[in-house]
This record gives sequence, structure tokens and C-alpha cells, in this order.
Amino acid sequence: MARMKFICDAERCIECNGCVTACKSEHEVPWGVNRRRVVTVNDGKVGERSISVACMHCTDAPCMAVCPVDCFYKTEEGVVLHDKDLCIGCGYCFYACPFGAPQFPQAGAFGLRGKMDKCTFCAGGPEVDNSAEEIKKYGRNRLSEGKLPACAEMCSTKALLGGDGEVIASIYQQRVKRRGKGEEVWGWAMAYNRKDAKSAAKQEVKA
Amino acid sequence: MLLTKKASGSVRKSGGFINNVNAALGTVDRRGFLKRSGMVAGAGAFASQLPFSMVQKAEAVPLAEALAAGGKIEVKRTVCTHCSVGCAIDAVVQNGVWVRQEPVFDSPINLGAHCAKGAALREHGHGEYRLKYPMKLVDGKYKRITWEEAYNEIGDKLMKIRKDFGPDAVYWVGSSKHNNEQAYLMRKFVSLFGSNNCDHQARICHSTTVAGVANTWGYGAMTNSYNDMSNTKCAMYIGSNAAEAHPVSMLHMLNAKENGAKMIVIDPRFTRTAAKADQFVRIRSGTDIPFLFGVLYHIFSNGWEDKTYINNRVYGMDKIKDEVMKKWTPAAVEEACGVPESEVYKVAETMAKNRPSTIVWCMGQTQHTIGNAIVRASCIVQLALGNVGVAGGGTNIFRGHDNVQGATDVGPNPDSLPGYYGLAEGAWKHWAKVWNVDYDWLKGQFASKVMMEKPGMTVSRWIDGVMEKNELIDQDSNLKAMIYWGHAPNSQTRGTEMKEAMEKLDMMVIIDPYPTASAAMPDRKDGVYLLPASTQFETSGSATASNRSLQWREKVIEPLFESRPDHAIMYQFAKKFGFADQLVGKRDGKQNVKVVNTPQGEEPVVEDILREINRGAWTIGYTGQSPERLKAHMRNMAAFDVKTLRCTTDVIDEETGYNINGDYFGLPWPCYGTPELKHPGSPNLYDTSKHVMDGGGNFRANFGVEREGVSLLAEDGSHSLGADITTGYPEFDHVLLKKLGWWADLTEAEQQAADGKNWKTDLSGGIQRVVMQVHGCHPFGNAKARAVVWNFPDEVPQHREPLYSPRPDMVAKYPTHEDKKAFWRLPTLYKSVQQKNKDISKEFPLVLTSGRLVEYEGGGDETRSNPWLAELQQENFVEINPKDAEIRGIKNNEFVWVMSPTKSKIKVKSLVTERVAQGTTFIPFHFAGWWQGKDLIDKYPEGAAPIVRGEAVNTATTYGYDSVTMMQETKTTLCQIVIA
Repeated sequence: MARMKFICDAERCIECNGCVTACKSEHEVPWGVNRRRVVTVNDGKVGERSISVACMHCTDAPCMAVCPVDCFYKTEEGVVLHDKDLCIGCGYCFYACPFGAPQFPQAGAFGLRGKMDKCTFCAGGPEVDNSAEEIKKYGRNRLSEGKLPACAEMCSTKALLGGDGEVIASIYQQRVKRRGKGEEVWGWAMAYNRKDAKSAAKQEVKA
Repeated sequence: MLLTKKASGSVRKSGGFINNVNAALGTVDRRGFLKRSGMVAGAGAFASQLPFSMVQKAEAVPLAEALAAGGKIEVKRTVCTHCSVGCAIDAVVQNGVWVRQEPVFDSPINLGAHCAKGAALREHGHGEYRLKYPMKLVDGKYKRITWEEAYNEIGDKLMKIRKDFGPDAVYWVGSSKHNNEQAYLMRKFVSLFGSNNCDHQARICHSTTVAGVANTWGYGAMTNSYNDMSNTKCAMYIGSNAAEAHPVSMLHMLNAKENGAKMIVIDPRFTRTAAKADQFVRIRSGTDIPFLFGVLYHIFSNGWEDKTYINNRVYGMDKIKDEVMKKWTPAAVEEACGVPESEVYKVAETMAKNRPSTIVWCMGQTQHTIGNAIVRASCIVQLALGNVGVAGGGTNIFRGHDNVQGATDVGPNPDSLPGYYGLAEGAWKHWAKVWNVDYDWLKGQFASKVMMEKPGMTVSRWIDGVMEKNELIDQDSNLKAMIYWGHAPNSQTRGTEMKEAMEKLDMMVIIDPYPTASAAMPDRKDGVYLLPASTQFETSGSATASNRSLQWREKVIEPLFESRPDHAIMYQFAKKFGFADQLVGKRDGKQNVKVVNTPQGEEPVVEDILREINRGAWTIGYTGQSPERLKAHMRNMAAFDVKTLRCTTDVIDEETGYNINGDYFGLPWPCYGTPELKHPGSPNLYDTSKHVMDGGGNFRANFGVEREGVSLLAEDGSHSLGADITTGYPEFDHVLLKKLGWWADLTEAEQQAADGKNWKTDLSGGIQRVVMQVHGCHPFGNAKARAVVWNFPDEVPQHREPLYSPRPDMVAKYPTHEDKKAFWRLPTLYKSVQQKNKDISKEFPLVLTSGRLVEYEGGGDETRSNPWLAELQQENFVEINPKDAEIRGIKNNEFVWVMSPTKSKIKVKSLVTERVAQGTTFIPFHFAGWWQGKDLIDKYPEGAAPIVRGEAVNTATTYGYDSVTMMQETKTTLCQIVIA
């Protein structure tokens, strides 16, 4: 079984927001709810980089760990989904998530939370695949149709890759090799010895 | 800390349906996406890169609700309308409703990729904020009327204006968002009305490019293609923010970059494109010529120029070299544009040592008073490096709107009939014949033969056509009525004067899917009509992308609300005016264009209009792109190679039986000869390494054969592959053909049609066929490109300071042109404005420049009405450098007033950022709906105001027009900023 993952290639992301509107259009996500967004660092300076962020469908998902009503579940393909019928809108998952993925509709005078909404990796929810019910609550279920998430499929520069982790990792790996840079951000050298990371990484590659 | 799962989560089972929805929809599965995502190397490398077996085959489940509803699902292939890249889209339509959009991975142009606009395209199927029915302004409020009332009232009024003031008293702004057929019909429509007073967005977009580049080497278009950029070794973006304006083009550039290509960005702003560059160089706004000639200085100094190429294919480079070496020394360059020698040298070296190298430009070069000269300087750099006519090289000029290239080629231009034929008698006679219209009748429609052959006013200056003293304008009457047919007003400069002009008109008619800012801007009580036009998704037709490829859009949905397609509106107006038969070429028992009845009234058949274009536009090879060939391409996109755009195997289109083998995708013009000749289109212009029947070519012989005793034709041995004539030669006509003994190669019928004609006017296409197919030559001759354009104001490109310059010292050194009296029918000021304002930078010290945001397009009425886009940019803003902000006490994200030398002021949010250097500010130009601090929401028809409104930058912009084309100066003016 494939393990579904997203990866965003910061060397390619141009902050065009195509992923954001692809998601909005495919699932008719209401104004104010952003299942996906683009984050930019060093805006306007040399070194500016952007990445597209949504639910990362963690292997060890903190949202699942903290949910008091246990509304989360994981599919065979590793996609983290939740059941809106169980969700109580408490917002614990929002605190737990390192990516700010869980979204809450801002309805009501006292900031009523409502049912949590987040990226489904275009895999819907617990209802029957692509049933009217599922589309209404979670949006389209592209995986069940043999497609991949709309955001990744439509990414303007193919920066955002989504799909079988093995496949997208190999695509990304080839790009890094071809570019001749970027390998320095991976590996033990980066983790334990920042200063020498680059040269160490190069040696690793040579070896 | 390892988080402990409270539960392992239930593994969910798929539903019970097993029908394969993909098969039903004909869309591409996830393999298609991943295959295209891995596209980093050449085509051959695809397979090895991608272990398809790693992709889990999904259990296919149908759209349950679709089945439940029993709805008919259709997939319509269309093309995004938001920029010139031409991204294909599959629209999924259920029971006539556009329910989803799917990426077209097969498209060689975008491989399924989209920016924010393309990915949000389906909103066009909702159109919640559209103009829903015809309306007229009554006592300051818009009231609903019927189409019949609209035709009668507007028609009567226009006829009266025509009778009282002449046909030139009405101004028609057409659109680059019309498809080719509509744009072409619009030019014909205005001609039949008896005027040349028409224009469209190209005037304020790339008119300087078209003029400057065509005068350099023949055609004024992008020489290569977005796809071809993946073949480049170095790309220099100067005046282009492709990452925001043409996001999907970056796909090809980033592929090139991954293969080792260098990327250089020259801009006053550190843009998102600059963020991807290997080298970013910040120049002072409007100093492109000093920079480009500074680059050329190092190219010549180091002997990096391609001497053989220059000798064989370029005229006048010695004159350029003299000027550059004398005038543009590193010190002079640094003084003018603020870039030190080392950086300029590095750019020159990178460009020279990484050939083929390409130059990309957009509005950053074109929208200046010297735009025509700036674009030529770019061409000259490329000629010096021998980069033109080479894959991976060329001048990649990115156009703006989805069909601005097509509308330029065949649409409503004030100075030319379709196909750049001009307005001389011969041009009119040629088209009258194609149109099946009597020339003398046509002439009678105009005020006079003189006016018939005199270029009209431009959209950039229509306000002066209204406001200027009558004795100073070069036509009988001032403008009395204005028709905005698919064009926003806030994209034109001098907003405050435009408002006055709008108020002075007798009548304004806005024909558009949206009311546009034109509906809300003027303070009028009456005399404004709004007619709802359909979008390109509610009709079919072809559009020409920037790379000259034509793509056919299928109709996705029926026209929404009471809207009607533009060509139907044209025909219906023509009926009112009494020239409907002429519009469709009905005479002597013949009819060029069929007319059908639809729920939207009578409508000319789009395919027939294209066939008429095919029969007339020989100059630029719009003759081979028959609707049948274009549709076959759209149905078989996977057949085309991503890097070369060519189909190289037998692929038979199921519907037509047409074999597309050999064709380049979309038959990029020139696609000469009749469709039967099967010219494949020209992927890269002027490419001598290919046979003309393979899309090869050379520079055009369009400027005579000799100048001051020097031949303008190509040197011996320089010719397109396999040409029978192995030296330079002039363009072909019947005389030359007879002289060469090639006349007998024509069939008898062709001989009859071609006698007395040339390659541009022979309606049989015989001359083109024989020249190319039999003799391998180019119909437009084989000449040298011109580095020196003697018919322009500056034959060698000169730097001239903008009219509102921040540098009085530079104004003294590089003054602008003299004022002109009658230029495109209007007096046009240069020196007097510059002199009057030479010290104005004391009061207005900040350079104000404008540009695009990725979420919006053009005037923004369409995109600001799309909630998925509008949410991302909710307020207009001004980018200001932290130092400038600090001096003024401005914090980030607070309201400020931007004050203009015109005394107007606009209220926008501050964005304190290092994107702009100290002394420069930037405002995006897509906003409108506010007027000097006030929201105009009440002035829009109810429910049709865009979701996001804001202050238009052009309310604050100033006077200034290009000295050849009347392009407006938007990129360099001045302002002051204070806290609101």
C-alpha cells in the first residue's frame, strides 16, 4: 500500500497560491477557511523562499494524540482524516498541530469554533466515497477516483508534490542531484554539525 | 518526545461502487501527474526516472452523487483566460453546470500546472458578481432593460452621433480577451462603421515591443516559446516578474535551471522572480538602455560578440558599437542606473559564456516614453550574441492577456487591418475582397478616403480625444461616445482626467461580463449602458498564446444569465446599423460566415470567421490554422513533445482523420499557405537550421534591399536549411517568381489568382506554396536584422529620462523628445512636460512604479469578483522601503495617502518591505472601486460590485507616452507618501 505524503520543493515554489485556490475550488471551501496556504520567509530579500503548507498527514500525528473524542483516524494510505460528526470543536488539535493545519469556521458572536476542518489529502471522510454527504462535509474524494490532491496536481511549477512517498521522494531526490545543491539540508551532518554540513554532505554524496 | 497515539485509528474501507469514474471522465490519473512532475531532463529520460510500479493503483469509485442524480457528465477542453501562457483545462460539466475542473497533464504548454487564477477558473461557471442583464443609468441608478431596448436606444444614439459628428466621433475599445474570431470581427465591425478609432489592451501592454521588434527583424512577437526556455543555458529577465505575471512559464525555466541554466533578474524590485535568480541586479526604474548598453560595452570590450553572425545577418551593428563604446562606459552606466561595473560585467559574462542565452521582458521595458527604444536595445544585445533564431535563445517577450497576441495580430488596431496590412488603399482592397464587401461602398462609410487611411486614436489617449481643443485634433469632431467592449478603465493612466472625460461624453456603453470600474467611476446621472457579454467559457473559438500557438476552446457552458457572446452582439448591432450582411460577407449569392439562431439571438458561426481569417491573413501565416487542424491538436495534446512542441510520429485524429505528424503544437504562426499545404507552424522564428517547411526561417526583407549603398539582404551562405537561393533575397511577388523561372510551378488556377500579386495578397496561396514547398525559400525574403532603425525617432536607441524624473541632473543630460503636433491624431507633449516638472522631485521624491499580483489580472474586475482569489488579496497597498517609511513615521499595514503630481491622491495600505529600494515605491494596478479614499460600492449595479475594491494606482499616474506607439508611461512616475 502506498504511503501518501506531501513535499514542497522550496527551490521551485514561487508563492503563486495555485495550490490554495485549487483546494478552494475543488472542495468549495468557504471564505476564511484555509486548508492550505503558502508561507514565505525572507520576503523581498536574497534568500527568499516559499513553501506551501497544509496538514502533513503525520506518521505520528499530534492531533490524533490529543483529540478528546478520538475523531481522527488514519487510512491504509497513511492519510489522517477525521469524523466531523464526532468532532466537538474544542481546538486541542489546533494547539497540538505544528503546521496550523486545523481550521475552524468563524461563525457566531463569541467566536464559536464549529467543527474542525482540514486538508483531507483529497480523501474525503468516513462517509461513502464521493457521496453527497461526504462532499458536503469534507469535499471531493480524489484518491478514490485514482487521482491525487488537486493542489499538487495543479501546482504551477510542480514544487508541491503529493502522492506515494517513495515516488515523490525519488522525484525530489533527482532534482536535488541535478541542481547540485540542497543535499546539505539532509543527513546526519546537518543534524549534528551545522557548520560542516555542506562539505560533509558533499562527501557523503561522493561516497 | 514521542507522541503516543490514543488509538490506531480505524482503517477505512472504500465504498461499494466500482465503476471507474476516470474512464467516464476521460481525465488523467495520478500516474499522469507524477510522470509530468518528474520532467526535469529531456523527454527520453522520463521513463527511467519514474518507477510507476511504486504508485498504488487506487480502487476506483464513481461520483456517487453524479450517478444518483443521473446527470450527464461531459468534459470540455478549454484554455485559461488569465494570461498568455495558455494553460489547458478540462472542465467537467454536469447537466450543463460546470462542477469541477481537472488538470490537463497532456498539455505540452502547462502539463496540468496552474497558478492561483488558473486553479480558480471554475468560478466563471458561477459568476455570482457578474453583470446579469442589460442595464441603463437612469437618474444616477442602474435600471434593468431588455436587449431590444438596448439595441434600439444605443443604436439610435450612435447613428445620430455618426450623422451629426461623423463616424470618427465614436471610439471603440475592443479586447484582448476576445478570441481571435471576435477580435477580428470587431476590427471589421469598426471598419464597416467607417472608422479607425478602435484599439485594445495591446496598446498599453506590448505596442512598443510590436513596433520595435518588428522593425528590427520582421515580426513583433515572442521569437521562441515558454517551452523553449527549457533549452536555454542562461535567461535574463529584464522588466518581467514572470513568477507573478506568468507563473506557469517558470515551470520551464526551473526545469532549465535544474539542468544548469543560469538565471539573471534585472528589476527595480526584488520580485518573486528575483528570488529564484542566480544574480539579481537592481536598476533605477526606466534606465534599461544604460544597463543593456552597459552589458553590450563588456561584450564588445571582450570580443564576445558573434562576429560571423553579425556579418551575415545584422545591419548597422558597427554604428551601435561606436555609440556604446563612446557613450556607455561603466562610469556612465553606473551614474544612470546605479549599477557598479562588476555587476554589469558579470551579467555580460554570464550571458556570453552560457549560450544560447535568452532575454525575457514584459511591461517593465515597454511602458515607458522610450519603450520602443528599450525593447530594441534588448534585441541588439541578442543580435550581438548571435542568439536570435536559435533554440534556447531569442527574445522571449511574454504577452499579457490570454489573447493579446491574437488581438494584436488580427484584431482592432487603430493603425492596421488584420494581419498588419496597414491602412493603405491596397490593404483595404485586399480585405474588402476577402470580406466579400465592395471597396467603394466601404470607402463611403468613412468620413473621407484620407480618414480611412489615417491611423485612429489610441486607447491610451481617448480621454484627450474628448477633452483636447477641437482645433488641435486631427479629425473633424471630438469623441462623443465611448464603447468599452472588454477593457477596464483603471488600466489606463491619468485617472482623474479620465473621470472628467467620461463625464463629458454624450454616451458610454460598457459591454463586458462585469460592470467594470467604468460603471462606477464617472459621476453621471444618465447616458451609460451596461451590456452583459459572455466569457470565453460560454462560447468557442481560438486564442493565440504568447508563443504564437493557437488553441481552440470548446464551449463549456451556455451563456449565463442574459449574457450574449461578443460576436453575437456585434452581429446584432450590425443589423441595427444596416451592415449585417457586410459583416458576414453576404453578397452576390455568396456568404462567408453562416449565421445561426440561438437563445441569445442570431450569431455568426465562429469556425467560419476563422476560415475567413485563414483566407486573408497571409502576411503572418494565419492561413494554415484551420478550425479542423486546431481542434485535432486539442484532442491529441499528448502527441506533442514538451521541449520542441513537435509531434514526430503518426497520430491520427479520430474525428477528422487528420494526421498531426510533423505539426508543432497549435501551429504557431507563421503557419503559411493553405491548411492543405500542411505547413507545421514556426516554433522559433528566424531559425536557419531548419527547412522552411519544418518551421525554419530567416530575418524578413521588409525594409528595402539597400541603404546608403549597403545591402540589407543576408550575406552569401546565410539562408534557411535547404533553400534553393543560398544568399539574401527580397520578398516574393509575381515578378520575381517569373524572373526566377518559378512561375510554371504554379498551377493554372494559382497563376490566375497570383498574377499581379505578391506573397501577401495572392489569395490562392500559390506563391507561398511554390516558394516554400518547391524551392525551400522564405516568402518574405531573406534579409539582415536592423540594429539601426532609421525610421524611428532614435535610430540608435537613446536613453531619455521619463517626463517625471527623480533626477534633474539626468534630465539635463538625457532630455526627452520635442513635443509632437499631430501624433495618432493628437498633440503629444514631451519636453514641455519634462521641463515644467524637472524639479518636482523636491515635492514628490519617490519613484512610483506599478505591476501585477499573481492573484489578479488586468483591471481586476473579473478576478476581484472571484471569492477564491479575492480572499488572498483583500486590500490595495503600496510597497515602501523601511528607510522611507521610517522617515515618514509610517508603520507596516496602515493606511497612507499616495500623493501624485497631478494633485490626486489615493488611499492604500502600507507594505514596508525591502522588495523596493529606498526612493522607489510600488503599487499593484488591479484595483478599482475606490475613488480618492471613498468606496464606490453604491455606484455599481446592485449585486455586481466586485468583492474586493480598492484604490486604482492609475488615479495617481501622470502624463507620458511612447514616441512611436503611444504606450503610456506607468513604470516611472513620482509620488509622495503620508500617513492617512
